[in-house]
Amino acid sequence: MTDTTFLEYVVFFSAAVMILGGAIGVIALKNPVHCALGLVLTLFGVAVQFVAMEAHFLAAVQVIVYAGAIVVLFLFVIMLLGVDESIDLSIEPIPIQRPLAAVMAVGLVGLLGAAIVRAQDALVINPGSGIDTATATGNNDANIQQLAANLYGDHVFAFQLTSVLLIVAVAGTVLLTRKWPRDAGSPDSVSKNQSSDS
Amino acid sequence: MIAAIGTSSYLLLAAALFAIGAFGLLVRRNPLIMFMCIELMLNAANLTFVALATQLGDINGQTAVFFVMVVAAAEVVVGLGLLVSVLRRRPGATADDLAELKG
Repeated sequence: MTDTTFLEYVVFFSAAVMILGGAIGVIALKNPVHCALGLVLTLFGVAVQFVAMEAHFLAAVQVIVYAGAIVVLFLFVIMLLGVDESIDLSIEPIPIQRPLAAVMAVGLVGLLGAAIVRAQDALVINPGSGIDTATATGNNDANIQQLAANLYGDHVFAFQLTSVLLIVAVAGTVLLTRKWPRDAGSPDSVSKNQSSDS
Repeated sequence: MIAAIGTSSYLLLAAALFAIGAFGLLVRRNPLIMFMCIELMLNAANLTFVALATQLGDINGQTAVFFVMVVAAAEVVVGLGLLVSVLRRRPGATADDLAELKG
């Protein structure tokens, strides 16, 4: 049991270092490509924490959708626009913005941390209740079966609405990024004719 | 699993991740990196959802994470589409350059 406990701590702290290191990389690195790679590190760390909490389906979706699709989309846009060059981070457009943002971040962690520490007595672990885990039930598909029953049972209407959302998002993006013909009278071509300073 | 670590450790980790994301969103001026910071904050919320779902023994928390992921994917698609059409016209624009609503 102590071996398992030690291993759990190792997994938690390595994944925490991945998450926080990747997040700091996103906000501190100059090259946008490096920022995207820091984001990948963070997303994989979150996937590891999902596995540690026995949310196996969400861990798989996290890797496939976030680290796969979304980061690839980011990298694609970076390469497409050719903005993969270093940014000068010493320029500070609004003079006191960075100290104020730092105060906000530290205050946010302080407030949330105080609330979590205060509520620690209420956070009594009650394992095996309500959520079927693979270790508790011995069924390796327990998590995905329970999630599917919940998703397609209680939340089936919301699930169907997400398909509408995705269709609208895809159609809207095609409309936004389409190159209109110059004489089509679209809002795009009108503003193109008016803008002489850009 | 969660028994040795405790839910509050996961919640503290998620709070730190959210604060880093919010700090980056305020400080960075490149719209692409601001989007990445929004992703960081969404992941912090997801981590909180899963930790409290395990804590409370309620599978609805994991279903909420699933929906957050779908909405995040749609949001990134629309956001990057906007960004492509803006940056195609004025390359190298930062968030400050887009303050005036004129073409």
